[in-house]
Amino acid sequence: MTALTAFPTSTRTPRVDSRGGRKAGAPYLFLAPALILFVLFLLAPILYSAYLSLRRVKVSGLGLGVGSRHEVWAGLSNYVRSMTDPDFLPSVYRVLAYGMIVVPTMLGLALLMALLLDAGRTRVGTFARTAIFLPYAVPAVVASLLWGFLYLPRVSPITDLLTSVGLTPPDLLSDSWVLYAVANIAVWGGTGFNMIVLYTALRSIPTDLFEAARLDGASDIQIAWRIKIPIVLPSLIMTFVFSLIATLQVFAEPMTLRPLSNTISTTWTPLMKVYRDAFTRNDVYSAAATSVVIALATFVVSFGFLKLVGNRAFNQED
Amino acid sequence: MTVSTVVPVVPAAAQSPATARRPGRGSRRISPAATVLLLLGALYCLFPVLWVLIASSKSSGELFSTFTLAPSSHLFDNIRDLSNYRGGLYWRWMANTALYAGVGAFASTFVSAMAGFALAKYTFPGKQFVFNLILAGVLVPGVILAIPQYLLLAKVGMTNTYWSVLLPSMITPYGIYLCRIFAAAAIPTEVLEAARIDGAGDWRSFVTVALPMMRSGLVTVFLFQFVAIWNNFMLPYIMLGDDKLYPLTVGLNGLLNQGANQPSMYISVVTGALLSIVPLVVLFLALQRYWRVDLGAGAVKA
Repeated sequence: MTALTAFPTSTRTPRVDSRGGRKAGAPYLFLAPALILFVLFLLAPILYSAYLSLRRVKVSGLGLGVGSRHEVWAGLSNYVRSMTDPDFLPSVYRVLAYGMIVVPTMLGLALLMALLLDAGRTRVGTFARTAIFLPYAVPAVVASLLWGFLYLPRVSPITDLLTSVGLTPPDLLSDSWVLYAVANIAVWGGTGFNMIVLYTALRSIPTDLFEAARLDGASDIQIAWRIKIPIVLPSLIMTFVFSLIATLQVFAEPMTLRPLSNTISTTWTPLMKVYRDAFTRNDVYSAAATSVVIALATFVVSFGFLKLVGNRAFNQED
Repeated sequence: MTVSTVVPVVPAAAQSPATARRPGRGSRRISPAATVLLLLGALYCLFPVLWVLIASSKSSGELFSTFTLAPSSHLFDNIRDLSNYRGGLYWRWMANTALYAGVGAFASTFVSAMAGFALAKYTFPGKQFVFNLILAGVLVPGVILAIPQYLLLAKVGMTNTYWSVLLPSMITPYGIYLCRIFAAAAIPTEVLEAARIDGAGDWRSFVTVALPMMRSGLVTVFLFQFVAIWNNFMLPYIMLGDDKLYPLTVGLNGLLNQGANQPSMYISVVTGALLSIVPLVVLFLALQRYWRVDLGAGAVKA
């Protein structure tokens, strides 16, 4: 604990004794801006959604005049209406299928690239690392725009390529392909960041942990599989959870592809349905109910997964 | 302990550079297979960027007629056309984006630094509760908040203003979490004690002692938030109606929608997409060494 630049060897944080002459209110003042913003922009919106999801507008008389429309309690009717909406379940299934494509592909590629970089058996490491990380600097809207054009049969080099060898090119924005087309954009945008996270974790493994195995004749693949991957498992778990949360919220990519493709409906993902209900149909109550369901589902999935993997991701400081 | 057992991120940016490279890794036989795989990955990631670079040099007619990767000579004409679009609206979007990302990231980093410092270096009643609250906040799907945030801001008449995008961007539970770890790792308690004995109050200790020690970690938090705000689409899309307040993402989305009726707009969209990624790419290449983020691998590494 003496060197300023080094990490303490214990995970316990030393405390400044608040009785030792410091003002007792100081930590609260330091926390105040964060807590105020937290309450205003996280807690209040969540509670307000929950409240709205239980309300509805009651129209009395002919619905004309100022006093004829007022809010009343609605019980769970918004939830029933939202869940039984014929557009809801298909959008949920679509996002689940999308997640099952995106998350394993993206993390698999990220892990593979990180392991290849860490093995250090190439001279193109720095170039490849920078190139693969680059898409993180590209907003999802712009990424969708770039890929969207590349999917158009008139622009796509894939079309040129397949036509030149006599095959019929698929329309990547057609109904049967569009899910993969959107998934590809997410994989492209997310692989680099996850690769950097995993690569950083790999770099911090002490070399002697696998030098011995190497001397015993273990191959790089055995070392990666038996030593490196188990050690970076906590990082993999966390990238998995964050990727899952991001995937369930997919919005920008399909919204941007819509002008280029008529196969993406306004309720293509659950969040797009929320947007349509709130702003196109002016039904904020049903939109709130759907939001609550998505939020709860995300929580259940991410917590459930963390519970399932048990202590591996638990590295709590106190 | 359901929430506090979740540890999303442990940053490595505060790590001393000496631990980053070790001998014996990289001095080994070259593997062609590894090289080929990495180059394929790089090609996949660079291809759309290469395409937009080439496509922006084409004229409107050439975009859909000449070979995809055949460059042309109209880049500057396209930039001029885009700049003339409705009196330079595109550059206004660029400036708005810089404002949202710059001010938002700066404010959120400062707010997070204060909160993280308090959580790491003080003992006080309610501390565990606050920390659990913030960890739960990390797992809240951010964009689900956008619509209720809109409805609440609409009640106080603040939608369709710069504030409606800036204020929600200033809170990042994840940033607070990171700052707590940075503060715990980088600021020895003895130094704070020394400052106190020298007569520095809490605020002065924070500004003159803690902040400089947390500097490299704070750069990482700033970059995270800067990129998140720069790339954000849903929040400004919902909050803003006036296209003079749009950031690039919402503006380009709008341009693309116009292209559906007016195909000559497409080349402006493509040129706009190219110009929009230049600032972030430059920022990335310049600050690469701060992008070392170690998720979940234990708070402390020697």
